[in-house]
Formats: sequence, structure tokens, C-alpha cells
Amino acid sequence: MRFLLDTEQRAFTESLDALLRAADTPSVVRDWGRGEHAAGRALWSRIARAGVFALAVPEAYEGVGPLPVELAAAFVELGRHAVPGPLAETVAAAVLLAGLDDPGPAKRLLPALVSGEAMATLAGPGSYALDGDAATTLLSYDGGELRLAPGHGPIRPSLDPARRLTPLAAGGERLATDPPLATALTWARLAVAAQALGVGLALLDRTVAYVKQRTQFGVPVGSFQAVKHRLADAKVALEFARPLVLGAALTLAPADVAAAKVTACEAAYGTARTALQLHGAIGYTAEYDLSLWLTKARALRTAWGSPGECRAEVVSGGPRRR
Amino acid sequence: MDLTHSPADEAFRAEARDWLRTHVPPEPLPSLETEEGFAAHRAWEAELSADRWSVVNWPEEYGGRDAGLLRWLLFEEEYYAAGAPGRVGQNGVSLLAPTLFDHGTREQRARVLPPMARGEVIWAQAWSEPEAGSDLAALRSGAVRTDGGWLLSGQKTWSSRAAFADRAFGLFRSEPNAPRPHQGLTYVMFDLRAPGVTVRPIGRLDGKPAFAELFLDEVFVPDEDVIGEPGQGWRIAMSTAGNERGLMLRSPGRFLASADRLLGLWEARGGPVSERDRVADALMGARAYQLFTYAAASRFLEGSSVGPESSLNKVFWSEYDIALHETALDLLGEEGESTDTAWAEGYVFALAGPIYAGTNEIQRDIIAERLLGLPKGRR
Repeated sequence: MRFLLDTEQRAFTESLDALLRAADTPSVVRDWGRGEHAAGRALWSRIARAGVFALAVPEAYEGVGPLPVELAAAFVELGRHAVPGPLAETVAAAVLLAGLDDPGPAKRLLPALVSGEAMATLAGPGSYALDGDAATTLLSYDGGELRLAPGHGPIRPSLDPARRLTPLAAGGERLATDPPLATALTWARLAVAAQALGVGLALLDRTVAYVKQRTQFGVPVGSFQAVKHRLADAKVALEFARPLVLGAALTLAPADVAAAKVTACEAAYGTARTALQLHGAIGYTAEYDLSLWLTKARALRTAWGSPGECRAEVVSGGPRRR
Repeated sequence: MDLTHSPADEAFRAEARDWLRTHVPPEPLPSLETEEGFAAHRAWEAELSADRWSVVNWPEEYGGRDAGLLRWLLFEEEYYAAGAPGRVGQNGVSLLAPTLFDHGTREQRARVLPPMARGEVIWAQAWSEPEAGSDLAALRSGAVRTDGGWLLSGQKTWSSRAAFADRAFGLFRSEPNAPRPHQGLTYVMFDLRAPGVTVRPIGRLDGKPAFAELFLDEVFVPDEDVIGEPGQGWRIAMSTAGNERGLMLRSPGRFLASADRLLGLWEARGGPVSERDRVADALMGARAYQLFTYAAASRFLEGSSVGPESSLNKVFWSEYDIALHETALDLLGEEGESTDTAWAEGYVFALAGPIYAGTNEIQRDIIAERLLGLPKGRR
């Protein structure tokens, strides 16, 4: 029992953090939201070269996985830097393809996901795929069939400008029947949970920095107890979500992952509300970078399972005592 | 990073589970906030102690098993899962004993700890005073030098367990003219039945005497009952506040067991959808607290001190405890109004959590100033 990231895991997340810090992600996000994907694709390739997508893919398909703990740690960093794109979707697609009985589709499609040449998205009937206009591997599932969709429908804007919602076109090559959707859902939720935790941590960091330098009534806003206590509550929520995310990565039990998802997303969302309030009107402004994290916290809350759906999964998981 | 326990740790857990299976009283003991319950809980401490289960993390020479922090956590998980009684000796075990391990003399440890482990001497805390609350620097009760010791005078209040306990520990002002209010305090242990001590039990919300006021009139304390250097009481008290005690004040095992029981209650009531999310929150909160504690224990075992993160811990468990019990009482409906259930007892106990051990407002200030680096300012 040593419930802490080891030295290698910490070095990996620190190098990813450094890579992303140098990438000017806010301008990448703004391009992405306008449908200009060049900078996003370039960043995606660097993230892939750092090994992030290989963590979800077995060695047989040129990956190094499955390594869910490392993946979760990496996704915290992606969230902290507001990286755009179908991140959780690419992970879910990779897990789905690797789990098919027929290795054919995985052999054909996974190496490009690992290398970052391709990004994937997926959706069921009547739901939206994230970033179908940017993704190169479009997976649709319907009635027990998994298909390679031939294209996507009109783009629907999301409250998070960096998330472009697209229905997938019907038909296309059939890849499998009865694909292991439940496992893919578990990985997608784990990735979103970690990403949301990162979003919340960034919101807290930015807000703490802001209230230290913003003065009102002649003193820093951060010296007021009402401000301090809201930030302390955000800190408590995030610090208790973190172990759930890492614990869920270790067990991959659907109830644990659902718990991590709902707790991390609620913590991030609560932090977003606090961040907006404490920034005041500047925080309510699209051109101010904080908005990139604020809107993502809201969108991730319902991505891959609403809070209610996740809590139902937690309760159905039975006693938690180990 | 892993959550699996070594075979030796699992063997320890299994031994604890086996012992508890055959020893835990089949019927719950009466409330430990009553005279009868206090006596029953004291007897239970003696039974635990006879097989060295009362203070598993203490060194063997004082009645423990030298089990370490991790095995303490495993023991606590088994303890509460088995439905074992609440711990009447907790003030002494979790507050005084760590201070004695760090700052006491060998003689003090040998004299004080074994009877504490056996439940023969139950300790009450005597920190609080009227008009002091979480601000210990405002303490006014005094200690005046006399031959071979000190004379304590003044008033302590909200003294948990003092209605039925044997002895108490707390801080007293020995240098009234010290330049700063947290200087000149002395950390002493004293007898609640000594001449000059008047104990007035105070009923908590349900009327049970969970604490008391102490009136002290020239109560003699021999030098051997002063912990550390006179005048250094604040530093001594604070130095143990941030160590593993921060992890031991409330064990995750208690909340894991309570959340499981809440799930059982919810299922027994037909699993109403209206309370489903709150039951899920209780399950998630218990797991989060368990894993947070495992992470903190992992860091502690690697040599990091716990420090101000114990304030995160305190805010979390105290508010979690109330939410969990509120959910149970709501599920019970009319029955939840009755005061003679374990859930009602737990609820009343939980209500005090955000108030004692440094109010949650003080804890939030600590989180904001020491963990987030926000400037000190108006309270």
C-alpha cells in the first residue's frame, strides 16, 4: 500500500505540464473553437509523442497500456491547461477497438491514434460526438453494431466554445457487433473525471492569484474572510476528489469510476462558480482566459454521464468497504 | 501506487476481525454520555486492552502493538465494520498521548499511558474557557508557582467527557505578563477529583452530559504533571496538532461503516429515488476520506509532516458526518425524531464536529492562509 504517484509518474506529469505550459493553450483553444484546427493538431501530436494515448492502448497495437493511473495523471494536466479536442473520446475509442474480438480494426486504426496522426470520436444514436469535424476516426454504435461513420452532420455549438458537437452520419463500414461499450464508458468517465479535476485546480490557482492582486477598499480582496472561505471550500472539494480519481484508476470498478466522475466534476463546477464570483465582471467576459476553464467545467459535468446517472451507478455498486 | 496491503498487513487485519467477531457486544452499549454507558464503555476498553487492541499503534511497552499508522487504519476499518462501541478514551488517546510521546518524560509515559490504555483512567480535555473558544491565546486560567508544583485557578468549559472522567489536561497561564498572549502558557495534567475542583456537567442538545464546566480553586499540580517546560505549553500543544494526530482524530473506518449502514437503511426502506443521490454522496464521501487518508498516511510514512492539510481533513469529515446522519434521519422519517436510536445519537454527536477542535471557520482561515497563501486580514 503506497497510495501516491511514484517518482516516474510524477516526472511524467511534470514533463507534460511543462510541454503544455509552453504551448499557449488559450490561443490554441480559441482557434479550435473557430474550427481552425491546425494549432490544435500540432499540440495533439506533441501530446501523443509524450505518450498519452499509448497509455490506453495495449502493446499489441503499438501502445504501452493499459495504464489507467498514468492516463488519469496525464488527463489532470490536460484539464489544467484546457487542452481542446476529443481527448476522452479518443481514449474511449482506443479501449473499444482494443477490446473487439476481431483484432483487424484495432490493428488498422490504433497505431494512428497512438502516434497522434488520428484523433477519434464516438457517439450512439441520437447523441452528439465531440469534435466530429476534427476527428479522423468516427465511431458510431447503434443496435449492437459498431461502425466507421462516413461523416458528420451540422455542428452544434457548446456552452464551451472549445467543444463542437456533431451528430455522426448513419451507415459506414461495420467493424463489430456487440462491442464492449461498458468498458469504453468506464475509461471515458475516468478520463473526464481526471480532466475535470485539472480544470478545477486551474480555476482555483487562477482565482487565488487574482484575489491576491486585486484590491478593493484599500486591501487585497483575498484578505476578506468571505472570499477566503469560498476558496477554502473549493480546495477541500478538489483535494477530496483527487484520491477518488486515482483510486478509480487503480480499481477501474464502474462504481468507483462513476464516483470519481461525479465528485471531480462537482468539485470543478463548484470551483468554477466560485472563480466567476470572485473575479466579478471580468470573469464573465469571453475574451478573458478564465472563461475557457469556466465553460469547460460546466460541459464536463454532463459529458459521459450526468451527476444523477453517476450517483445511480455508485449506489448500485453496493457497499464500499474494502 | 497501489491500494493492496501486504500479506502481513492483511494477516493483522484478519486477526483483528476474528477477535472483534467474538468479542464485540451483541447489543449496542448505552450512550457513553450517560453514567451507565460511561461505565460500560470503560469496561469495554479494559476488554480491548486485555488483548492489546485498545491502542494498537502504541509501543508494546505501553500496551500497544507497535502497529503503525497503516495498520491502525486497517484496525479501525474492522473495528467499526464490526459494530464495535464508540471509544470513551479517545480524548486521552488521540490528544494527550501523542503529546506525551513527543514531549513527556519517560516517567510520565510509564505512569500515564498504561492506565489510559486499559481504560482505568479516562481523560477529559480542558482547553476551552469562557470567552476563549478557538482562540487559545485568550486563555486566562492561571497556574501559580508553589512548593513542588503549581496551583491552578480559574474556569474551563465545554470540557468533553469531564462529567464522568478521572483526569484532565489543558493549558494554563503561568506568566501573566508574558509579552505575547500565546507565551507563558503551561501544559498540565490534573485530577478531576482533587481538592479545589468542582465539576458541573453540561447537557448537550439532547440533554446528555457530554461535557462539563470545571471550576478550579488553587488546585495543586505536582511538577511531575507538567508536560515539557513551563511557559512552553502553546508550542508543545501546537507541535502535536500537525502530526499524525491530524489523521487519527476521526478514522475513515468509522465513516465507511456508517455509509454502508446508511446504504442498508436506504435499501430496507425500498430504495427511494428521492434520497438516492444523498446516499450516493455518503458512499462517495466515505471512500474519498479513506483514500485521502491513505494518501496522507503514505506521505507521512515517507517522512513528510501532515501540517495544515489536517485542516482540510477536519472540515471534510465534520460536515460529511452531519450530512450522512441527516440523510439517515430523513430516511427514518417520523422515527428519526426519536432520540433513542444509534442514528440519533450519531446525529447529535456529529453536530458538534464543525464547532470543536478549532471551528470550521478557523480551519478555513488556515486553509486559505497556509495552503493557498492568501493574505491575513479582517476576520
